[in-house]
Amino acid sequence: MKHTTHISSPTLSTLATTSVSRRRFVTGAASAGALIGLSGSPLSWGIEKAPTAVEQQTLSGKHFDLDIGYQPVNFTGKSRIATAVNGSVPGPILRWREGDDITLRVRNHLAHDSSIHWHGMILPAEMDGVPGMSFAGIKPGEYFDYAFNVQQSGTYWYHSHSGFQEQTGVYGAIVIEPKGPDPVAYDRDYVVQLSDWSDEAPEAIYAKLKKRGDYYNFNERTAGDLWRDIKEKGLSQTWSDRSMWNQMRMSERDIADVTAYTYTYLMNGATPDQGWTGLFKRGEKIRLRFINSAAMTIFDVRIPGLKMTVVAADGQNVEPFTIDEFRIGVAETYDVIVEPSDDSAYCVFAQSIDRSGFTRGTLSANPALSAAIPNMDPAPVLSHRDMGMAMAGMSHGDQNMGSMAGMDHSQHAMGSMKEMDHSGHDRSNMKGMDHSQHGMAAMSMAMPAPLGKAGFGSNNEITHVKTEFGPQVDARADSPQSGLDDPGIGLRNHQQLYGRKVLRYSQLRNLHPTEDRREPSREIQLHLTGNMHRYMWSVNGIPFADAEPLALSFGERVRITLVNDSMMTHPIHLHGVWSELETGDPEYIPRKHTIMVQPGSKISYLVTADAMGRWAYHCHLLYHMPGMMREVRISHDGGAA
Amino acid sequence: MTKHRFTASILCMAANNISLAHEAADPLISMVSINQLEQRLNHDAQSNDRDISNWNAEVWLGKNLDKLWLKTEGEFVDGQREESELQVLYSRAIAPYWDLQTGWRGDFNPEQNQHWFAVGLQGLAPYFFEIDSALFFGKGGQTALRIDAEYELMFTQKLILSPELETTLYSRNAPKYEQGSGLAKIDAGLRLRYEIRREFAPYIGINWSKKYGNTADLSRADGGDIEALQWVAGIRAWF
Ligand SMILES: [Cu+2]
Repeated sequence: MKHTTHISSPTLSTLATTSVSRRRFVTGAASAGALIGLSGSPLSWGIEKAPTAVEQQTLSGKHFDLDIGYQPVNFTGKSRIATAVNGSVPGPILRWREGDDITLRVRNHLAHDSSIHWHGMILPAEMDGVPGMSFAGIKPGEYFDYAFNVQQSGTYWYHSHSGFQEQTGVYGAIVIEPKGPDPVAYDRDYVVQLSDWSDEAPEAIYAKLKKRGDYYNFNERTAGDLWRDIKEKGLSQTWSDRSMWNQMRMSERDIADVTAYTYTYLMNGATPDQGWTGLFKRGEKIRLRFINSAAMTIFDVRIPGLKMTVVAADGQNVEPFTIDEFRIGVAETYDVIVEPSDDSAYCVFAQSIDRSGFTRGTLSANPALSAAIPNMDPAPVLSHRDMGMAMAGMSHGDQNMGSMAGMDHSQHAMGSMKEMDHSGHDRSNMKGMDHSQHGMAAMSMAMPAPLGKAGFGSNNEITHVKTEFGPQVDARADSPQSGLDDPGIGLRNHQQLYGRKVLRYSQLRNLHPTEDRREPSREIQLHLTGNMHRYMWSVNGIPFADAEPLALSFGERVRITLVNDSMMTHPIHLHGVWSELETGDPEYIPRKHTIMVQPGSKISYLVTADAMGRWAYHCHLLYHMPGMMREVRISHDGGAA
Repeated sequence: MTKHRFTASILCMAANNISLAHEAADPLISMVSINQLEQRLNHDAQSNDRDISNWNAEVWLGKNLDKLWLKTEGEFVDGQREESELQVLYSRAIAPYWDLQTGWRGDFNPEQNQHWFAVGLQGLAPYFFEIDSALFFGKGGQTALRIDAEYELMFTQKLILSPELETTLYSRNAPKYEQGSGLAKIDAGLRLRYEIRREFAPYIGINWSKKYGNTADLSRADGGDIEALQWVAGIRAWF
């Protein structure tokens, strides 16, 4: 299956000659992409003017050659070296067909190990592309042949799973045509791939965060804010609003670890200054395939003047519903349909969650037209709710708290008999602590599992295992809210403020009936933990390096409940199998590969362990991933690791 | 191939030299912080002719929970090193915001050097007070307690006022070091800095220090000042 042999690296041979003309040569993806074919000739670097309209390279068929190599790029006015696939950032769009057997030869021209992971793809574990888990990685100068059958359709993406290469450019889009007729009708489609670029080396960003967790945050509370608050709310209210944050030594302005201070946000490889453009004819139905390929940036997307009909989430078709705005977590994808009824231009606007910056593109009937760029919304401020604290008597900035999922309450009625899960608490059991848990586990074995019904999420009590206590964890959510009906921090009041309907996970309904109708046989509660100050991230307080794999039995149906004990929004990605989000409708459970967990909240999904092997399970924020990661082992004996 | 490798490593500004991301969860990191590097000017006009400069810097090297710390501070007067201090500490995280630090402290004075065993607690207290407190055990049963608290008040994202208060107490009289039992010294500073970059900030401010009790008496007997008010200007930097 795996071939390793030395190959020559044509892309590198030209690099030595490029320093002179680097600067005028690449401003976006297309120019870089166009050059790869000419890489044998040093003359090709002398192109005077980079094309302004960025058009992505698209590859289709059954066999693909992908070359990961160094590539000069210039997104900020300063020339930098990216790690690019086939010479462009993002890499080429790969178009596959459902049912095809495809092969991809990935060559590594970097000086370091590399890899490509096919994000969201259901495939054999050894083709998943995670070094150290699925395979050994691709050594410098070598290649790896990926081969698998394409069993799904929709919008996905690929990226390196080695080091921080994703930050420096190793990512691209995947579009898979369905085998049968597409349930979504459209006249044309565009990939809209969002990402974040930094001129800083990712290792430097990471080191800065370790030294100073708030390094990139330039939206801290100031004396002026304090003065304004006192004038508006009075001294005692201001004091009570702030005392919790002060006591906890946390900032309610801590929304994103890495911000536009260092990031330039890209849409299809174009900076906001350049602006990607997609053309249409009036009356056409346009399918926009949004992919968040950023390393660290959660985006809020809208197209002023156009309603968006969501037709797929994470590649999987959903029952269409219409919105004005959606949050897209790192690694998520959303397909939407827009239908411009006139010949004007529309701004495709994607602002970062912390509102430090944005990227944008234009949908236009006329290439000469461009649309006004809207202002960013105000930067959100975390509330007590985002700390997972009980709401009673607490003041908070959010107005539509009342709409909190009623589901949550109805489930609690069932939750009087708690089942404690063994495997979820592996570590504490191993260490011989937590007798109370053993006791309860024994009880639950005696009685049938009082798990919540499939599709409705967890009934279980939130318990913090002992490993969650220590210098590595700075907060624990004691009363986490359901994250299902929460559009997210900074979006919760957009309906009231601007009349914008914002996507909520609870709206996702699979277009097709749930395949696996079984009830979950057990539940695993996992806590997303961290210490922002020390910039340490973990699951249940244990970093990946010290963690036992999570063991699943082949074929079992299990519920995973994620509790976010931190103040950051974490997009959690489980490789190899679907994460079936329990939205309260067991008949049409939506399937996702990446689930955003809001700060201080919880969310549950079902997993059918139908893919043998070792799978990665991690937060998709690149600088959280080293610690906030688990190996999931699916095997016949289901446990014996 | 060799040539390519060579080229690649030179060009590798975006150095992806960690093959697996998870290997990076607890990398070895070092940090150098120059908290104060400043020129001081006595408010009292008579002593204005003296050229006084001060430093206060820290270096750490280590991982998430365990670090080696060096702390140094001192003063130059008219180009002569007046007094200085170096601490070498092992630091272990014991709580989300607190590190326990133990090690050695050496005081280097013009006349008599002094060595201590140090046990300290450093971290961030509620309400964002940065605390560096330590007990020092010297020869002859002398014990010193030093508590340093600092706060940052942000006027803007880059203009920051930081008040600082340092208190020193001794367990007994040690005349040869000019240490008297009880409260010995209070230092209070107020520095207004502008962060041109996160890592580099010039500042101006004032510094007031006063000796108390037996320590003040010992100092007086030696002809030293017991109270000083100084204008300061300097830079703060880290990398
Ligand atoms: Cu995370």
